[in-house]
Amino acid sequence: MKAVLTGNESAAWGARLSRPKIVAAYPITPQTTIVEKIADFIANGEMDATMIHVESEHSAMATCISAEATGVRTYTATSSQGLALMHEMLIWAAGARLPIVMSVVNRAFAPPWSIWSDHMDTVAERDTGWLQFYAENNQETLDSVILAYRIAEDRDVLLPAMVTEEAFILSHTVEPVEIPDQGAVDDYLPPLDLPHRLRPGEPVGYGSLMMPDQYMEIRYRMARAMRRARRVEEKAYEDFWDTFGRLYAPVEEYKMDGADVALVIMGSIASTAKDVVDSLRERGRKVGLLRIRTFRPFPAEEVRKALSSMDAVAVLDRSYTFGHLGALATEVRSALYGSSPPIKNYIVGLGGRDVRVRDLEWIVSDIEKVAKEGLDREITWVNLRGGEE
Amino acid sequence: MVKTSLPREEYLISGHFACPGCGAALSMRIALKALGKKAVLSIPACCWAVIPGPFPYRNLEVPLLYTAFEVTGASVSGLSEGFKAMGEDAIVVGWAGDGGTADIGLQSLSAAVERGHDFIYVMYDNEAYMNTGIQRSSATPEYAWTTTTPVGKREFWKKGWKKDMVGIMVAHRIPYAATATPAFPEDMYRKFKKAASIKGPKFIHILSPCPPGWRFPEEKTIEVARKAVLSKVFPLYEVENGRWRVTFKPARFIPVEEYLRMQGRFRYLPEDAVRYVQETVDREWERLLRKEELSKEGPIW
Amino acid sequence: MPYPWQELEEAPIARVPTSEIKRSSWRTMRPVIDYDRCISCMICWKFCPDVAIRIEKAPEGHKYDEIPVIDYDYCKGCGICANECPVKCITMEREEVGP
Repeated sequence: MKAVLTGNESAAWGARLSRPKIVAAYPITPQTTIVEKIADFIANGEMDATMIHVESEHSAMATCISAEATGVRTYTATSSQGLALMHEMLIWAAGARLPIVMSVVNRAFAPPWSIWSDHMDTVAERDTGWLQFYAENNQETLDSVILAYRIAEDRDVLLPAMVTEEAFILSHTVEPVEIPDQGAVDDYLPPLDLPHRLRPGEPVGYGSLMMPDQYMEIRYRMARAMRRARRVEEKAYEDFWDTFGRLYAPVEEYKMDGADVALVIMGSIASTAKDVVDSLRERGRKVGLLRIRTFRPFPAEEVRKALSSMDAVAVLDRSYTFGHLGALATEVRSALYGSSPPIKNYIVGLGGRDVRVRDLEWIVSDIEKVAKEGLDREITWVNLRGGEE
Repeated sequence: MVKTSLPREEYLISGHFACPGCGAALSMRIALKALGKKAVLSIPACCWAVIPGPFPYRNLEVPLLYTAFEVTGASVSGLSEGFKAMGEDAIVVGWAGDGGTADIGLQSLSAAVERGHDFIYVMYDNEAYMNTGIQRSSATPEYAWTTTTPVGKREFWKKGWKKDMVGIMVAHRIPYAATATPAFPEDMYRKFKKAASIKGPKFIHILSPCPPGWRFPEEKTIEVARKAVLSKVFPLYEVENGRWRVTFKPARFIPVEEYLRMQGRFRYLPEDAVRYVQETVDREWERLLRKEELSKEGPIW
Repeated sequence: MPYPWQELEEAPIARVPTSEIKRSSWRTMRPVIDYDRCISCMICWKFCPDVAIRIEKAPEGHKYDEIPVIDYDYCKGCGICANECPVKCITMEREEVGP
């Protein structure tokens, strides 16, 4: 069924089609309309789930963790400060190996208050043991919720997953979206069968103290699961293509054939950048685009394969890790270690600053210069009023 | 067969890691005798996160989900609704210390009780952060020594009366709230049985003496708890839908001094402080009796 | 005792009962019941935080058919039993040798 949906409506539809039994969430701009939509679905009997109206995001995740431990599929959604408040429980969800799925509407951190988009919130949760998928558009926002459950709940993975969409740019903007058929989703996504679920009468201690002589082994299992998620993800995309006819990959190569320089981007900026690449290609400029969809597990091999022969690489970060580069630039650099073309990091779009066509065109010109003349500086802030020091 | 006042089934397993004379271990033993096989526990950071021992050990014959410090209320909400969705018949029990309940966990507990999920929440109150080494909590009694309220030259003792958790719970119009202590195991057993028979949120405040934290010899755990009740420091009562009932009215009270003086944490207490505690518990006892009397006419929230 | 990672479950789930661990090394004092004076009231059993007192069938000819028996594998020697015994028939004796 074709419909015109906002990003948040798309996320809610993704949740509805995945049939979670428990939804626990707390309102935060710009996530609210996801939860409102789900409340409508439940109120109208279109979704067989219980909504638990928790008093904080921290409790939202804690509630999902305990509910999921009984073996039910759970869903939540948040943003920015809410995600930061959840931090402790994100680590808990991953450590308890509970495949919870959460939509995150990317929003900048306070202070100063900002309700607009950047990736600081989810990038800051990179190391919690969650799978992370960054959507480019509303269709992907919907599809990724279904995909996330499929990958996270696989017995080889059993890790939680977050699907991100950017504040307002996606969350409150309508696009035509194909809503998959419920029957097809049911075939694609079987009911959750959690091997370690709690059963009354079966005595276990779930998450007890672990001594130094044992802790590393349980963490190794987690690291192994994250590694194995790569293969599970590939299979999930293959089956998704077969069932729904839409193709996803951990990294999307756009006009990379014959490119001399490449832009590396996560999220919705990739849409604008594709237009820029198209028009520059028409003018004979050899530029391609690599969109990173899966930030965790990081597709280092695919990134290496796509970028190692470039003359220069421009990595756009809609976030910044204070004290070094943007997180994506750091990851790309480490993936390319040993075969390294010059890599320049462009900090863009913090706090919802528009990333315009002309900004992207400037970045392409700049990286072409780097390809010819070598790296002038490692990192630059794009469209910064007053310029850089 | 000899008649015992409690059932013989055991759900607490020997060999656990609690200190000798631990009131919290004994409380769990009594509680589970009442709740039985269907109990599923959620336990945050507290002594009881360590008592079952490190991996691969467990010391209960029922499932135990470990949770973070401040989330017991949220956890029992998730467990309760999760089991319901799975069609599983479980008695969901949150089992947290006084710090995890009256301090860091108060927000999520309040929310869970307001929403009204079906669970029993137990605050086993050893009146300080005992697992981390006797730091003061909001449930530490006035005048108690702790490692963060030491008796120095300028500053001494915990200031302010301890937080009234049952009062806070009753203000939520909780269907059932009660106090209990392992010195009165039959009373505790009956309260857990009753809690299990009532739908919705239930709260049980257990006074759980801690020999190393309260500074008394470990064989005195029951005696200390008994004296807390006999001295009016810790009255045994229950509040069912706003109806207050004192479940044990001592024929003869003992002076608070008898309770205070057997604990090293009150060793330095001057006479005027003892008098203040005596006056306060006397007044609180009268207030409790009045609530019992008045609530016969209608609920007092 | 620690497991190689291959033998661990994905989630950290503990399954071994603590009764596999003997606790007698914690004890400095040992409770001893004088069965001549014991009235089998089972108050000691009731108050034991370590579930280390079992109710067992009494020997033939004993005045009660069941008696409390201390399980020294698990008794930590806290002495609650001795303190609470209404007829004071439990004495705490010093452990001279470690187990």
